[in-house]
Amino acid sequence: MAIVQKKNEMPTQDAKERAHNFKEVAIGYDEKIANLEAERCLNCKNRPCVEGCPVNINIPEFIQKVKEKKYEEAYNIITESSSLPAVCGRVCPQESQCESKCTLGIKFEPVGIGRLERFVADYHNNNYKEKVKEPIKNGHKVAIVGSGPSGLTCAGDLAKKGYEVTIYEALHTAGGVLVYGIPEFRLPKKIVAKEVDTLKELGVKIETNVVIGKTLTIDELFDMGYEAIFVGSGAGLPVFMNIKGEGLKGVYSANEYLTRSNLMKAYEENPVTPIMKKGKVAVVGGGNVAMDAARTALRLGAEKVYIIYRRSMEELPARKEEVEHAIEEGIEFKVLVNPIEILGYENKENARDEKNASVIGIKCVKMELGEKDEKGRRKPIEVKNSEFVLDVDTVVMAIGTSPNPLIKDTTKGLEVNNRGGIIIDEKGLTSRENVYAGGDAVTGAATVISAMGAGKIAARAIDEKLKNK
Amino acid sequence: MYKIVTKKFLNSTVVQMEIEAPLVAKKAKPGQFIILRVDERGERIPLTVAGVNEKEGLVKIIFQVVGATTEVLKHKNEGDFLQDFVGPLGVATHTEGKKKVCVIGGGVGCAIAMPVAEEFHKIGAEVTSIIGFRNKDLVILEDEFKGFSDEFIMMTDDGSYGREGNVTIPLKEMLEKGVKFDEIIAIGPLIMMKFVVLTAKPFNVPVTVSMNPIMIDGTGMCGCCRLTLNRNGERITKFACVDGPDFNGYEVDFDEAMSRGRSYIEFERHAHEEACNLFKKA
Repeated sequence: MAIVQKKNEMPTQDAKERAHNFKEVAIGYDEKIANLEAERCLNCKNRPCVEGCPVNINIPEFIQKVKEKKYEEAYNIITESSSLPAVCGRVCPQESQCESKCTLGIKFEPVGIGRLERFVADYHNNNYKEKVKEPIKNGHKVAIVGSGPSGLTCAGDLAKKGYEVTIYEALHTAGGVLVYGIPEFRLPKKIVAKEVDTLKELGVKIETNVVIGKTLTIDELFDMGYEAIFVGSGAGLPVFMNIKGEGLKGVYSANEYLTRSNLMKAYEENPVTPIMKKGKVAVVGGGNVAMDAARTALRLGAEKVYIIYRRSMEELPARKEEVEHAIEEGIEFKVLVNPIEILGYENKENARDEKNASVIGIKCVKMELGEKDEKGRRKPIEVKNSEFVLDVDTVVMAIGTSPNPLIKDTTKGLEVNNRGGIIIDEKGLTSRENVYAGGDAVTGAATVISAMGAGKIAARAIDEKLKNK
Repeated sequence: MYKIVTKKFLNSTVVQMEIEAPLVAKKAKPGQFIILRVDERGERIPLTVAGVNEKEGLVKIIFQVVGATTEVLKHKNEGDFLQDFVGPLGVATHTEGKKKVCVIGGGVGCAIAMPVAEEFHKIGAEVTSIIGFRNKDLVILEDEFKGFSDEFIMMTDDGSYGREGNVTIPLKEMLEKGVKFDEIIAIGPLIMMKFVVLTAKPFNVPVTVSMNPIMIDGTGMCGCCRLTLNRNGERITKFACVDGPDFNGYEVDFDEAMSRGRSYIEFERHAHEEACNLFKKA
């Protein structure tokens, strides 16, 4: 049988329709398409895809099981390596990981590994009703700080090995960035809840409303009998540009904008937490978070949404698929553009006018690309006398975050780098004995899967350390 | 879930509750705050800790009914439960080393100022308290303040109780008379804190203010609570949830904070009306 050269396309909601609802954009493969896609896998000997996966999922084997229509077995193979298959199948940048290594990809399009992973996970979640068996406890206690992707992964891996694991979460819902950051249309919250429930069935305890560094400290956790601690507290405070007008009404960080919409459900009818919905929105930044914010703005009812990015389309750090989706939905990219001031309304006759100090525009300059910088990216340089104003009502800054100071400030001997990220060794161990860390708290803003990889490495190291104790 | 153990009206719109939250009670210091959600669909609101009973694991909160959430909270009773209650958040008020201080409270801000006065009193500082309200009916915590103060001055805008006028009047008189405070701590409406700063400025007395901006997570993630400080000619961004809520009053851009505080004024007005109607029907 001749090899099908192209990946089976992912069925998606029509762009015009989806731009105005929060339902999931990608609908997912059905069984028939999944089988066809699985058939494309060559089952090659050297299995480069496994190396490309940060958690080393046994990819060819699970795809083989899809070919055989043994989906539950496929699921079990994935979960040997990943605690969050339905999440990864949706938000992993497979094109730069497993799929980028696929042998088939040398000549044709690689196998749609992520799409198959999602299919298998969804199939399990929809059809498998039995509860997971709780492993026999080994008597060791581990605390996890934060219930985002790194914490959930670390917790899952340790629970499967029999550890008594408690996750401490600062917010009222478990999931970290998966619930406050990534929007519903890209990752439905019920999928996150389902993955969290699976962990609970494995015996993982989740304590919400506990801020480590405030409610309890790392040292107090040791006093409570935990033998090891994994810190996966995530990214912290948003970065602003330090330009004039960032204190105006209608200027948000992406974290705030997305938290209002996702965690606090401001997108629903009659929300209890408000968000500015009308008019024109400018999102500053070019990463996945910027795409999420822009596409959220559109769905909230904005009449026009711009992405403002200082380099060109080629340098956009966001996943290609996200950029394509954003363009299809009608988001306008203002590239090689940099904001220099946010403009506010001022009624000179009436100081009490409620519109005063509300955003009315963003003043920008045009940029061009110069020499490559130390990271190999061409440096944007301002074009002289190129100022222009874009009329907007809301500005969302999506230009990154700096690490949260709460744990570093309250944990003696925990070393951080000059950007505030926790320093770890190759096993995830920090400068404090039995304290491990991973995810954005270490690296600064990165991907869900790299955080999961870090959680996995730390779980392995914690197990090595404690099992022989 | 967090149990409401006691509830008391301090005036017609200000309510005091003690909530069972042992971990918070163990840690909370004056100046820190908590975030709560009343029910599963509720918004997250920050409230300053007004006191703790560590032995029984209780945290005291005092709130004025100003919007939908506080309206719903007002209707909760002893024995009812709150969905979420997290803290203590923010940095505690720095009290160490102060010998003579002036604590100024305005309106419901007195609920935050009172434990600060108490703490200063406990460490042996000489405390002058000036508290102000719109009128006699709104006065709260008078006895508590008296108990913690070496000098106590009550002000009302309309003169219906204590002296007539706002809190800056006696402050100015004292400063002009040559009274030397190590620090003035002002907690109340932004406009009051702004004017306390302006009053103290010619006398070079340090002023600490407690900021209460809109917050969501309260743990240093969302950046909603940011404010601008003018420091050495530079404008710098700080976050009330992790850097505050206390700030050097001379540095705070109050005008920006006032404007940002009114970002959702229409939404809030509407939501409050809806909440009131809900209880009228019930």
